[in-house]
Amino acid sequence: MGRVVVEVMPKPEILDPQGKAVVGALPRLGFTQFTGARQGKRFELEVDGEVTPEVLQAAREAAETLLSNPIIEDVVRVADASEESAGVSA
Amino acid sequence: MSAPTLASARVGVITFPGTLDDRDAARAIRLAGGEPVSIFHADGDLQGVDAVVLPGGFSYGDYLRAGAISRFAPAMDALVDAAKGGMPVLGICNGFQILTEAHLLPGSMVKNDHLHFICREQVLAVENADTAWTNRYVAGQQITIPLKNQDGQFVADERTLDELEGEGRVAFRYVGWNPNGSRRDIAGISNAAGNVVGLMPHPEHAVEAGFGPEAADGSRTGVDGLGFFTSVLASLVHA
Repeated sequence: MGRVVVEVMPKPEILDPQGKAVVGALPRLGFTQFTGARQGKRFELEVDGEVTPEVLQAAREAAETLLSNPIIEDVVRVADASEESAGVSA
Repeated sequence: MSAPTLASARVGVITFPGTLDDRDAARAIRLAGGEPVSIFHADGDLQGVDAVVLPGGFSYGDYLRAGAISRFAPAMDALVDAAKGGMPVLGICNGFQILTEAHLLPGSMVKNDHLHFICREQVLAVENADTAWTNRYVAGQQITIPLKNQDGQFVADERTLDELEGEGRVAFRYVGWNPNGSRRDIAGISNAAGNVVGLMPHPEHAVEAGFGPEAADGSRTGVDGLGFFTSVLASLVHA
């Protein structure tokens, strides 16, 4: 079974109220290093079989039409998850 | 088809999974003198209605984004075609969010700037009294109707905002206090033709004495929202 990761972030010019709440809470916990925070979304799309270029293309289209709203969000990443986990476990 | 009279005008109300305010919208249409018609989101056919209300209420739980999944319902395909053909469409709260997701109205809604769900009686200024849903008001008139939302902050880029202002498409603005940080205090907008209108506050909750906002002539007697529904009936009769 293959998996595609899609990451969506609020556009830089859109005020991100959730990120603002997070950056407000960090110093209260002693994390004073962080001057900004933005909160996005990560989707994991599963497919039977492997992640082919066609599957990635379909994921890109899904990311642009349903998973994100281009008025307020950017799709920042569409990738095969197996490549990602190989990197993490190495 | 002959022009509808007030009593024969049929106004559809679409119900999505999670819709809360469909019955209130239907009641508002009836109180204004029209005939409400229930439409289910999975139906691809609008049953020949003369106008449609997209009511409020967290379709699909707003889990992805408010209105994002509803936009792809079969009833919405038919609605988009009808709206482009000139049929009056009103989107209230989540209905407004669905209209932006469907690209019938520009911009989008994000979480309120203060991050809280908010429920209050909200004063609005009617900025455009020439749309299908506002012609029974006068420009500059102030009305009070309930507002209840969490994702009610209207955002759009500066060019879009300038375009909306320049073309007179800002239909309503918040008065006194901007309850969610919406750009330029915008509470509601219309499309270029004026048949599609969306707003965050809820006119359908201010249509009947005894159940509406506080008003000068007695407790809970505010019925300022009724004008939306009498407006669309008037626009259908004169169409």
